[in-house]
Amino acid sequence: MVRARDRMSVRTPPGTLGAALLIARKDLAIEFRSRTAFLSSLVFAVLALSIFYFTWDESIVTPQDRAPGVLWVVLAFSALLGLQRAFSLEEHERGIDALLIAPIARESVYLGKAVGNLLFLCAIQAVAIPALAVFYNLRFNGQLAVVAGIVLLAMVGIVAVGTLFSAMAVNTRLAELLLPMLSLPFFVPILMDAAQATTRVMAGRPLSEAWPWLRLLIAFDLVFIVACTIAFPYTLEE
Amino acid sequence: MTTSPMTLPADARVAPDAAPKRIFGWLFAVAILAVMGAYVRAIYFTPIEAQQGAVQKIYYLHVPAWIACYLAYGLVAIGSVINLWLHDERADRLAASAAEVGILFNTVGLTVGPVWAKPIWGTWWTWDARLTSTLFLWFIFAAYLVLRGAIESPAMRARFSAVLAILGVLLIPFIHLSVYLFRTLHPMPIMLQPQALVNPPLSPEMETTFLVSSLAFLLLCVALVVSRYRLATLRAVADDADVLSIRPPPRPRAGITRRTRG
Repeated sequence: MVRARDRMSVRTPPGTLGAALLIARKDLAIEFRSRTAFLSSLVFAVLALSIFYFTWDESIVTPQDRAPGVLWVVLAFSALLGLQRAFSLEEHERGIDALLIAPIARESVYLGKAVGNLLFLCAIQAVAIPALAVFYNLRFNGQLAVVAGIVLLAMVGIVAVGTLFSAMAVNTRLAELLLPMLSLPFFVPILMDAAQATTRVMAGRPLSEAWPWLRLLIAFDLVFIVACTIAFPYTLEE
Repeated sequence: MTTSPMTLPADARVAPDAAPKRIFGWLFAVAILAVMGAYVRAIYFTPIEAQQGAVQKIYYLHVPAWIACYLAYGLVAIGSVINLWLHDERADRLAASAAEVGILFNTVGLTVGPVWAKPIWGTWWTWDARLTSTLFLWFIFAAYLVLRGAIESPAMRARFSAVLAILGVLLIPFIHLSVYLFRTLHPMPIMLQPQALVNPPLSPEMETTFLVSSLAFLLLCVALVVSRYRLATLRAVADDADVLSIRPPPRPRAGITRRTRG
């Protein structure tokens, strides 16, 4: 078996991280050529931002006050849209079988999918957050970099659990319907921590006030990256 | 986990003589009697609390229900870890049985809690750390049961649900800490002050009632898990017989997902 593979290919199989990057590149290349998932998630995000604007009385709650909350709700749901794509992509032509027989670690499939998802979601947020700033008249008080950092930390957590659950959901009878039910409870601490941290940062408070929330967010990211990487091989078909 | 396609996986088979004769045994009867006894004691033979009045008696239902709930969810976690580790189908049946019983007690706790909270705290619900994390426990185990219903292959169902249960156990401390931070950084209405939460100094009679009630609920929890486990074993036996064509397949019954060998 090993011998036959060696004869067929001169190249040695990549390591765990190398294979992960190849998978991420493959997913992003597919997405870059079709752009369907990107456009639908992006339009959803911007549409949701504008719908939310009209659900509050402007004279009671100012747009600036509700912007962080809106940001996180929209971000979570547009992330769900993007996450569904990662493994349904593989199901169509049973591409997952090719990934499973490839001489790479199962963990690199997870890490590759997660990195692909993370870049995909960051691309959406790179448009959605400026849109939020324009629509809600936001001033970042020179804290744009900090807000971007918090968004990145939250995205890492969302992607860590979301990638695992989208691998599970795609193998069930309910498929996409199950993903929100599985993922949203896990998004709760992420959204709570990130929303509280951004509210404080955007109100111009010192970073030390947001630090307890950020600490919890970082802990969540670390715990769930490790746990989901370990759990992922169990979610694949044998 | 890696089973050869030529042979049936050994762990998925149940010897027909291992099939339990009945689902509800004497343990269940004892548990029901114990719960009835605890209710009678709580209602008629326990003094009414001085400050809260009769509503405090929910305590003898509410707290034991949570103890039973945590016992059941603990069994789910243990069953899930054993299942992932040893790939034993019995551990999966234990986890599935305990999850159903756990969500039952979880629902009891979440339902009677607000009935007590309305007169005492002045509100049905508050986003307190404990309330929020138990609500999300309910969501996670609801998803757990839906997930189990949505997978045909027993081996895959066992692995997926075990992964969800273990991640759920990791999640709860994060929800608890986040809400705790959320609440402690915010002022609370007077009615919701932690000091206003009951920590009633229990009289000896009350303490006894509480202990009796807790033991009765623990017994009920164990009896329900045992009964549910027997049902799961019977289903597995029936499915094996079905697959091996020992007898004609039973008529599909409503609400029961037929298993297929994956």
